[in-house]
Amino acid sequence: MSTLLALDSLDATEALAARLANMTESGDIIGLAGELGAGKTAFARAFIGARLGIREVPSPTFTLVQVYENDNGGAPVWHFDLYRLEHGEEIFELGIEDAFDTAICLIEWPEKMAEHGPENWLELRLLPGDTEHARRAQLTPHGTRAAHLAQLLAAPDG
Amino acid sequence: MLVLGIETSCDETAAALVTDKREICANVVLSQLDEHAPYGGIVPEIAARSHIEHLDGLIARAMKDAGATFGDLDGVAATAGPGLIGAVMVGLMTGKAVAGVHDLPFAAVNHLEGHALSARLGDADLEFPYLLLLISGGHCQLLLVEGVAKYKRLGTTIDDAAGEAFDKAAKLLGLGYPGGPAIERAAKGGDAARFDLPRPLKGRKGCDFSFSGLKTALLHKVQALEDGLDNTLRADLAASFQQAVADVVIDRCQNAIKSFRAAYPDGRFLVAGGGVVANSLLRARLKTLAEKSGLSLALPPLALCTDNAAMIAWAGIERLSLGLEEDLNAVPRARWPLDSTAAPPPGVGRAGKLGPKA
Repeated sequence: MSTLLALDSLDATEALAARLANMTESGDIIGLAGELGAGKTAFARAFIGARLGIREVPSPTFTLVQVYENDNGGAPVWHFDLYRLEHGEEIFELGIEDAFDTAICLIEWPEKMAEHGPENWLELRLLPGDTEHARRAQLTPHGTRAAHLAQLLAAPDG
Repeated sequence: MLVLGIETSCDETAAALVTDKREICANVVLSQLDEHAPYGGIVPEIAARSHIEHLDGLIARAMKDAGATFGDLDGVAATAGPGLIGAVMVGLMTGKAVAGVHDLPFAAVNHLEGHALSARLGDADLEFPYLLLLISGGHCQLLLVEGVAKYKRLGTTIDDAAGEAFDKAAKLLGLGYPGGPAIERAAKGGDAARFDLPRPLKGRKGCDFSFSGLKTALLHKVQALEDGLDNTLRADLAASFQQAVADVVIDRCQNAIKSFRAAYPDGRFLVAGGGVVANSLLRARLKTLAEKSGLSLALPPLALCTDNAAMIAWAGIERLSLGLEEDLNAVPRARWPLDSTAAPPPGVGRAGKLGPKA
């Protein structure tokens, strides 16, 4: 079951990212799907900014993963970009299993994990909207925790 | 002084032997070798495992190319970061092992420092201080290089690196990989004025870069095409994109030159390094800018612009010559800014809260 949320502007997209950032906890896995230019990294940047106060969030396309520690002792955020991977099992060389257990994971191009991906995760697909800066977010939860997060996100005042 | 350099911070597995007389006795990079067969027939992708499989053979190959033995070495230098931590670890540990076994001085080199100093490997007349534009698939920075181990970061990308922007643009246009050469080829004969693309941060204060919005703007141009892409449109879009990137880079460099001039009125050199320097439009624009600014433009040979171990060996020579030796406790670092005092880009973030690529 998917839920579709309309995001009329970049501000709306960033607000959604900030709300999600404040709901997540260690062990949560968010897959950011969507085509090139859909706004995946912009979403991740807003998420990390809201959660950790870090504004300089370079794209991890080249480095594959960037780790953001939480100075206040909370869960770190691991920001993955699997775009360059050719085989799903390559994710294990990035230390992704450790991150699944101990961090909040934002994973761009989650489909690259293929059958090696986790069982419980929230897929957030960014789709084009009616205008240049509008998007639609398609939420597809896998597992009960993700379903809960999706429900909270879809609630108008959540 | 003969130094073995080792580089494994990202995709490339590389080993080189360089002397303090600026002689490159061997310089092997696995992904550029013609004969992959002896190494298992694979070009390394991301994997630390792949570096492990290939590095020993590659070092042996470099030693053979140079006609040297470990007994001939005067030092070992290895990249200690920044990069993919598992990958960095392989080269660093191998370098330490060689240094430990043969009782040689060891230099733990910052990958960015390798790029920063590589121009001096090819050019004995290139003196400190100089202004450095480092522009590659993973980095986009402007640095004041005041001396060995003395770097001031003037600006950096706040999102995508320039090479990454080229790769993504090429993908959007259905061109090949790597994107830089593909865009450049496609742009030949294209009309750079046909599509109006943004110039992110152009005209703004400071020396930071941003390319993510440019890529998205290109996407929207492609989506708006009613009959899809043909070769003329591809050429015009590629040319317009390339022009936009060059405009942004030149604008940011102009600001950096002002800062360089203010700090060093007698500074003479603008140096450009990193794989994107291969782009001929950018080279031409940088040359014009340097001439206009009364600076000499120094461009390292392309083999030293892309990731390689000769630049790591050279940085090791520069460090070891100054007595900047490390003990064998040097640790691999995923994040390692060249300039630890660099402030975050203006208007964003709080002091001391930089992202890992900083």
